[in-house]
Amino acid sequence: MSVLVFADNSEGKFKKTAFEVTSYGKKVAELAQTNLVVLTINANDVSELGLYGAEKTLHITDEKLKTFNAKAYADAIKQAAQKEDASIVIVDSSTNGLYLAPLLAVNLGAGYASNAMALPLSVDPFKVKRKAFSTKASNISEINTAIKIIGLSKNSFGLIENSVDSSNVDFSPSLSDDDFNIKSVSVEKMTGKVTIADADVVVSGGRGLKGAENWGMIEDLADVLGAATACSKPVSDLGWRPHSEHVGQTGKPVSSNLYIAIGISGAIQHLAGVNAAKVKVVINTDPEAPFFKAADYGIVGDAFDVVPKLTEKLKEFKSNQ
Amino acid sequence: MKILVCISHVPDTTSKINFKDSDTNFDASGVQFVINPYDEFMLTRAMWFKEKQGASVTVANVGTSATEPTLRKALAIGADNAIRVNAEATDGYYVAKQLAEVIKNGEYDVVLAGKESIDYNGGMVPGMTAALLDFNFVNASIGIEIEGNTATVSREIDGGKEILSMNLPIIVAGQKGVVEEKDLRIPNMRGIMMARKKPLQVVEPIDFDNTTASVSFEKPEEKSACKMINADNLDELINLLHNEAKVI
Repeated sequence: MSVLVFADNSEGKFKKTAFEVTSYGKKVAELAQTNLVVLTINANDVSELGLYGAEKTLHITDEKLKTFNAKAYADAIKQAAQKEDASIVIVDSSTNGLYLAPLLAVNLGAGYASNAMALPLSVDPFKVKRKAFSTKASNISEINTAIKIIGLSKNSFGLIENSVDSSNVDFSPSLSDDDFNIKSVSVEKMTGKVTIADADVVVSGGRGLKGAENWGMIEDLADVLGAATACSKPVSDLGWRPHSEHVGQTGKPVSSNLYIAIGISGAIQHLAGVNAAKVKVVINTDPEAPFFKAADYGIVGDAFDVVPKLTEKLKEFKSNQ
Repeated sequence: MKILVCISHVPDTTSKINFKDSDTNFDASGVQFVINPYDEFMLTRAMWFKEKQGASVTVANVGTSATEPTLRKALAIGADNAIRVNAEATDGYYVAKQLAEVIKNGEYDVVLAGKESIDYNGGMVPGMTAALLDFNFVNASIGIEIEGNTATVSREIDGGKEILSMNLPIIVAGQKGVVEEKDLRIPNMRGIMMARKKPLQVVEPIDFDNTTASVSFEKPEEKSACKMINADNLDELINLLHNEAKVI
């Protein structure tokens, strides 16, 4: 018996989510009174996982897996789960995690609870709380199968430092040609820009900004905070900002620590996508904007006046830190 | 090209979400149901394949008879026929098993679905169905082109996009980008009239045990009131974010 965590990395480097699933896996293993094993592929420094409780790591080094391939990864994780006799397998909710988990579930004949937002309420029967209705509610699900898969929602558990002596075992799964039926033609990645998925802070603008030409102040504020920029649906529909920045129910979900909404009234569909952000600041000229009801901190004021001032003050604050 | 589009029947995005029976069941009273918005993008893409490349388009849903108006709407938008698997959809794996059976029997080579439904947000049915059938699968797709037996599919990745190439048969789970919001179609009167005559076949489910069960629902705790800060006192906001919320 064991708990197996898949800790993904990007070009060898672990992201925060890898440490989050490891921290979570450690606690789940304690609840289930079993051991934690963390699997990773082509990582630069496996020992980093030991800082978050990974006593044992399995490391696959394979040139063919340099580019993410959901089927091949799911096959490799399945073989690791079988080797370690895993009864619980934990993955993250990155685009890669969401892609491979359903394939893995069928590989293992396992029930899968996606978007888990906390530790299991119990391990026998296995019950876990997950996000549902686009974070307008949550659902407690019971998994009935012998092997359970949990997809941990990003930033819902956090990191728990727990330095242990970590032992690594190299692992070579046997992958078939079939695993590579899908070929990656090209990968385009924005460089030097914080993505909404990874950001601790997201600064978002709405129609209140009146036009694409006014986004400079959003970008300036985001720069000071090391934040990702985002926008409401009307803004992306109007073509002021790319679709990749649209956050809300049918856009990207936000689960950052801080979300600053500027000139966004807070339609129910927008709120559904950003509810999971821990702290929400709303800046709006309309004191009746529904977003204030969902916010932690609010400023009634003109964005064109408030935002540049806030940026200046934050610069000052940051330089004194 | 024989396309199947999987359609979820979900509460409209503006719905207030409530539960009944001691928070064990969704309260559908007064709720307007719609085609899952992610599925609607895929249905629209399927219509283009039909119009430009001569594809046939079937829509399918696993659900009770209550979901039939949603399937009829998909027919009014232009799908040729519909299949409803007569079972309550309470587990993603179960639904995937049913859809896999429909796909096998109908010999579809292109299966399109939204990347998730906006009610349970499981995001698992398309991938599970693909794994059950051993079809090529792409998740979170933002573009699909098919020529002959080859598909070129782009998918969103964290911070960018990846373009993939593969042979049919495929299952693609997609989102906005596959088509745009403005491309979505509202059924016209002629479409609605024609939809009434199009075949909607009801099939019984195959036996399969659910792998998960919903125990109960919770609504988020009421938020404490928003702290209002004067626009002339931004130092106070920075102070609160730093010392109280501890997020900067």
